[in-house]
Amino acid sequence: MFLDRIHMKELLKYCCFVVALGILTAMVVPSRHALANAWVGRSAASASSAEGQSKDDLAPGSAQLINPEDLLNILQSPKGEKPLILNVGPSLLYMQAHIPGSEYIGASSDSQGMESLRRRVKPLPHNRFIVLYCGCCPWSHCPNVRPAYDALHKAGFTNVKVLYIADNFGTDWVYKGFPTIKGQ
Amino acid sequence: MRKSVLLVVVIILVFGIYRVGWRSSGRAKTGGPPAAAHSLAPDFSLQDLNGQPLELANYRGKVVLLDFWATWCTPCRGEIPHFVEFQDKYRDQGLQVIGISMDDGPKPVQEFYQQYRMNYPVALGNEKVADAYGGVLGLPVTFLIGRDGRVAAKYVGEVQMPTLEQAVESLLQAK
Repeated sequence: MFLDRIHMKELLKYCCFVVALGILTAMVVPSRHALANAWVGRSAASASSAEGQSKDDLAPGSAQLINPEDLLNILQSPKGEKPLILNVGPSLLYMQAHIPGSEYIGASSDSQGMESLRRRVKPLPHNRFIVLYCGCCPWSHCPNVRPAYDALHKAGFTNVKVLYIADNFGTDWVYKGFPTIKGQ
Repeated sequence: MRKSVLLVVVIILVFGIYRVGWRSSGRAKTGGPPAAAHSLAPDFSLQDLNGQPLELANYRGKVVLLDFWATWCTPCRGEIPHFVEFQDKYRDQGLQVIGISMDDGPKPVQEFYQQYRMNYPVALGNEKVADAYGGVLGLPVTFLIGRDGRVAAKYVGEVQMPTLEQAVESLLQAK
């Protein structure tokens, strides 16, 4: 009986330990956003192999991407080259809120938007620092940033970054309190 | 000694439960500012794809599923067949689905409407309507509006259909 009581106490202690360990693990498991950010630093090759056989230059973590925080730092820093920021998404979203100083090009998923993009970059030197962004939908579903990036890459531009917007422009820029303006 | 160990475990448990709870609620909010739950859904007056007036006020007394979407939005395209099904299934109980497309022009929307056999009114949105609903800065965004005209729920991003259907049924049952 006495032995049973000792065993029960031991068992209770172990149970408490296991539960506490489980909760501690839950506390340190990163959120979805943290996981996405953790991909930064993985090589593009390993990221693409994780996503499938096809190579995706814009897989999360690839060097071609720039995070919102990093872009904001560049824009707010008194030093350094400022990028030409081109919005290649739908106009209704741009009209509601966009990055100050960015230019509206048009959705690159349609031929008109793509033509506008080619026209806009034609006079620029190929080493011009350009940032493309959209933010219409979750990153993997965006129909605009990949065609726009591919077009500039094929045209020979060597300093092009794409703003990594994990969910949408609202969540990843506006609701973080980053600067925006409305209108054309 | 044992008491202090127990105390530490209890503290960790309480803190852990608090953190887990906090993180879950944070995740639910992902994608936008707090939904204006229980506030009166802003009225709008648009024209549907057939040129007929589409006013939210005309649907007072019904449960309205208001979907901001676009033809180029992959998650939106995945949701629409479910909304078509909901409209059929719950029409008699008082559900009205309304689509507001954020496309730049009507042509792709009209083609999509035919292709997906959409059975509810769809109108092209504008900046004013989007602003009235707190800004539509990413798609899809879905609102559930109760029979009293108040916003019952806002879903940013692709919604889990069982969750949405449960919410629709619950609103339909509320008289």
